[in-house]
Amino acid sequence: MWIAFINEEEMTENVLQTNILESEAIYIFREVVAQFEKPVLLFSGGKDSITLVRLAQKAFFPAKIPFPLLHIDTGHNFPETIEFRDRLVQKLGLELIVRNVQDNIDAGKVTEETGKYASRNMLQTETLLDAIEEFGFDACIGGARRDEEKARAKERIFSVRDDFGQWDEKNQRPEVFDMLNGKINLGQNVRVFPISNWTELDVWSYIEKEQIEIPSIYFAHTRATFLRDGLIWSADDEVVYREEDEKIEERVIRFRTVGDMSCTAAVLSNAYDIASVVQEIRQSTISERGARIDDKRSEAAMEKRKQQGYF
Amino acid sequence: MDVLKIATAGSVDDGKSTLIGRILYDTQSLTDDKLEAIERNSKRKGFDYLDFSLATDGLVAEREQGITIDVAHIYFSTQQRSYIIADTPGHVEYTRNMVTGASTSQVAIILIDARKGVIEQTLRHFYISNLLRVKDIVFAVNKMDLVDYSEEKYLALFDEIQTLVSKTKYKEQHITCIPVSALQGDNVVKKSANMSWYTGKTLIEHLEQIQPQDVYEEAQTRFPIQTVIRPKTSDYHDFRGYAGKLYGGDLAVGDEITILPSGTQSTIKEIYFYDQKFEKAGRGSSLTLTLTDDVNVSRGDMIVKAAEKPTVEKELKATICWMDKKPLTANTKYSLQHGVNNVLAKIVDVETIEETNFSGEKTEASQLQLNEIGVIQLKLSKPLFFDSYEKNKYNGGFILIDLQTNTTAGVGFIK
Ligand SMILES: Nc1nc2c(ncn2[C@@H]2O[C@H](COP(=O)(O)OP(=O)(O)OP(=O)(O)O)[C@@H](O)[C@H]2O)c(=O)[nH]1
Ligand SMILES: [Mg+2]
Repeated sequence: MWIAFINEEEMTENVLQTNILESEAIYIFREVVAQFEKPVLLFSGGKDSITLVRLAQKAFFPAKIPFPLLHIDTGHNFPETIEFRDRLVQKLGLELIVRNVQDNIDAGKVTEETGKYASRNMLQTETLLDAIEEFGFDACIGGARRDEEKARAKERIFSVRDDFGQWDEKNQRPEVFDMLNGKINLGQNVRVFPISNWTELDVWSYIEKEQIEIPSIYFAHTRATFLRDGLIWSADDEVVYREEDEKIEERVIRFRTVGDMSCTAAVLSNAYDIASVVQEIRQSTISERGARIDDKRSEAAMEKRKQQGYF
Repeated sequence: MDVLKIATAGSVDDGKSTLIGRILYDTQSLTDDKLEAIERNSKRKGFDYLDFSLATDGLVAEREQGITIDVAHIYFSTQQRSYIIADTPGHVEYTRNMVTGASTSQVAIILIDARKGVIEQTLRHFYISNLLRVKDIVFAVNKMDLVDYSEEKYLALFDEIQTLVSKTKYKEQHITCIPVSALQGDNVVKKSANMSWYTGKTLIEHLEQIQPQDVYEEAQTRFPIQTVIRPKTSDYHDFRGYAGKLYGGDLAVGDEITILPSGTQSTIKEIYFYDQKFEKAGRGSSLTLTLTDDVNVSRGDMIVKAAEKPTVEKELKATICWMDKKPLTANTKYSLQHGVNNVLAKIVDVETIEETNFSGEKTEASQLQLNEIGVIQLKLSKPLFFDSYEKNKYNGGFILIDLQTNTTAGVGFIK
């Protein structure tokens, strides 16, 4: 964690020790509320969006978080994540909006992929764009970080999208100093990324330091799993496609990211508490998204999804 | 742990992205899966070496054309500290993206192709780094492998760079020059066996010993108000908190302050960060303040110490770096954003265009085109409370926003 500059003799007084990343995120949250009429926080139930909730609490204390959370439920979420989501929302007295990918499938608006690598990841976009239109959200706050993926490394903190949710990656607004220009035209909206400059390790260290509660699947547990393409998949749930010859075995694993069950692989781990998770991340030689099959589809997978309005 | 923010600069193909990739590789910051992807794609492109620019050129169009279009932010850390590197494009067409990347950086690594020497784009980027007052400049003379690692060649370039540096007005700047090969890894992280004549530091050794500074170090206390927090709950019924980020200086409970633009005086009653109260806070912190008096304060107002007032004016003169395809002309209106404050601005006059080649030439002009730098005069709908950019980067910089397209059309530096 980065600490701002304070003279040593002042350490003895009751002086605020500033974490630069945290301070930046709070500044961004406050800009969103001041510059937009209908912001919303996109909440996936993962560690990054949970961290966002804590930062939003800090930004507006003693007032409540002044915008709702929106969860685009693929129907393929880990049950632990959904339970966690509902508990958190209740505890903090927040407004939660849920929109289901399943509804679009049932209405025949989108067609589900089938087969070995089928995932509802792409279908989320459609549901998200519908929700933005339904509620007239002008700013959607998300937990994407630039260190996650190389197309994300290119994105601004205030990222303007057109009516179709598209990201015009070759024509982004300049973003100088820490000035954020949230002025938009009718039909446009902005995706906002308060933790753009955090790394995975920064997020985990923050969760540790702040003692933020996170879903149990982030910690080591025993689970029925099978192997495919050198990755470990949960065999607990029918939404994860498994071929007959893919043998089920119990393994002690944890999840490093919490996406859709169908595209999030597990890692072998003995990290039962947050301190050991931080330690594990520190020593890891593969990247966070290395276990996300949705990025492996092609070199440009993320960029293509973003152009279409994906987070 | 502290953080050092760096931007790359220099002309197209001088090797900026390759250098960043090389730094990541040699500091073992690339994870196995990312490295495998680089190996795979280098092979697919038919290279017999690793194309490290693939680590940062994240857009399809960039990889197709082999150039950087927009800035990428890259993160890594050493035992010493964390680094954020903004890898910026060299092409003149994308200068505004270079400005975006360099505006928050303390260090600029300006690459020079050893075969080509100092060229127009090198000068432009050095000029912009000066305008932004980037404190530490490293000239990395790259592609030394293509000039047989020649000391003679390097010394000739070194002279050229020294002549250039002598022309700048920003004398507090620290300048260093290092011969490297980004592709082969000479003097980037590992000392070069091919250039035993060079006895100075490698690039990373040099970066590791730069003292990180925050840009507001010498600035006076400036607390622009982002939003007023009024919870209206039973516990905090009368709570009125002024939320903002502190740029420069510090604030303590009991400090006598002035609120701008009204000029109202009051005293700091409490300093909140989340649910805790503090006696004092330093620059860089996002805070919520309460005051002893019930005053009328809203977004865009600024709290300063009673004895440290900024300039308050409705007219100003500034250097502008123009970033929009539509040229900037006199008698047009823009929205001017100064931190969290927005006012209407009328362009009274475009005075001059400045040459970015350090010739000192200024041409009289009536308009500024995309990527041109010039001096303009503005008239504002309401007074602004500002410092010169030299004194306080936050309080001396602004952007102009096009009233039709809402895009950020230019960045200004107040004289
Ligand atoms: N021989 C040699 N080639 C190099 C070296 N550094 C970079 N190159 C090559 O120069 C070309 C351009 O490199 P890039 O890293 O893409 O250049 P850049 O400065 O990032 O270019 P833009 O971002 O488009 O401005 C590539 O083909 C690199 O492989 C070097 O030290 N030696
Ligand atoms: Mg490049």
